[in-house]
Amino acid sequence: MIANLAQLAAEETEQNPLVPAGPELLVGTIAFAIVFFFFWKKLLPNINKVLEERRAAIEGGIEEADAMKVEAQSVLEQYKAQLAEARHEAARLRQEAQEQGATLIAEMRAEGQRQREEIVAAGHAQIEADRKTAAQTLRQDVGKLATDLAGKLVGESLEDHARQSRVIDRFLDELEEKAEAAR
Amino acid sequence: MSADQTQLAFDWSCRILSDNGCGFPAPGLNSFLFKPLFTAGGFEFNKVMLLALVTTVLIVAFFWAAFGNAKVVPGKLQMVAEAGYDFVRRGIVYETLGKREGEKYVPFMVSLFFFIWIMNIWSVIPLAQFPVSSVIAFPMVLAAIVWIMWVSLTFKRHGFVGFFKNVTGYDKSLGAVLPLVMVIEFFSNLLVRPFTHAVRLFANMFAGHLMLVMFTVASWYLLNSYMIPAAGVSFVMTMAMILFELFVQAVQAYVFVLLACSYLQGALAEHH
Repeated sequence: MIANLAQLAAEETEQNPLVPAGPELLVGTIAFAIVFFFFWKKLLPNINKVLEERRAAIEGGIEEADAMKVEAQSVLEQYKAQLAEARHEAARLRQEAQEQGATLIAEMRAEGQRQREEIVAAGHAQIEADRKTAAQTLRQDVGKLATDLAGKLVGESLEDHARQSRVIDRFLDELEEKAEAAR
Repeated sequence: MSADQTQLAFDWSCRILSDNGCGFPAPGLNSFLFKPLFTAGGFEFNKVMLLALVTTVLIVAFFWAAFGNAKVVPGKLQMVAEAGYDFVRRGIVYETLGKREGEKYVPFMVSLFFFIWIMNIWSVIPLAQFPVSSVIAFPMVLAAIVWIMWVSLTFKRHGFVGFFKNVTGYDKSLGAVLPLVMVIEFFSNLLVRPFTHAVRLFANMFAGHLMLVMFTVASWYLLNSYMIPAAGVSFVMTMAMILFELFVQAVQAYVFVLLACSYLQGALAEHH
């Protein structure tokens, strides 16, 4: 009975799950040490290097992108300024052309007016001159006819031409005065 | 160790309601004992040791494949491994120790996390079906390493007197209770803490394995006559326990590493 109990107790201690077995401690230590060694010496330095490279690459990429964005912005500003300037210039030119056109039309209109008036004036002058010539001729012809007629009637040649002329002129002037008065 | 103790005594013919008179073969401590696979010079190499070494091989192989030829633009494998690495590095070490102080402990903590996690996962891998960390020796080794690191770091940082002040939580403002606090803190920090650190992991895996074995064995044991529905319930419970264990395995690995970091953090801190 007592031996039995002792054996049970012995078995109990042997099976105590809180008492580690030496060989297992050893294997556990070795197993972990190997894992740690590889992580420590090879694998984590490896990946850390790559992670650092990646970080640098990403940061470099971001910086590059930022620089390009700034550049693009400035180019855009430049283009916008140029466009605005061009628009302004175009508007100015259009305005100028309009003004010039208006002036030109006004000038041409004035010129035309002037030419018309000239032509009209020239016409009037011509008519007046013709009229004067006609009147002169008429006066001479009428004088001659009247003189001839008077000479035939009187039967004498009126020698004093100058006096004749004065008489005729006086007569004609009287006629004209009468015509004026009658008008 | 007698032969019948070193293996799971499982009688396939033993069923409920069968008339061969055997009872439910409840799993017990015998579920945690293994016959040596081979013996070399008195050294008994068993399944648990094999699994521990396979754990090492798997971790090194996986991370070698992922990080051995690491690229700036990662492949799928590297991405997964990086996620795991980053989880421990940022999620645990940097969080507790900070980037500056924590950096040199990253390799240790990463090793610790994956080693424990894979040791735990064996619990639900077919054929293995045994969590290596449910054998106290393995958590104990790891807790001991953390403890040694903590003690030496405290000495290095604070010197001999500072070490005792740190360990005993020396704080003059406590007044009359200070001696009591110092005694309690001394035992708590120096003796109890490494023990609980190891046992927390061990006990979780131990209990989880017992539950899994229990429901698995019961599923078979109940598979007879009108008890078959009960066997079905037991089987569903086995599946549920597997899912739950997967969760617990990860959490326990996380907790172990988190505690290791917080212990080191205590050593780095000025006198508390």
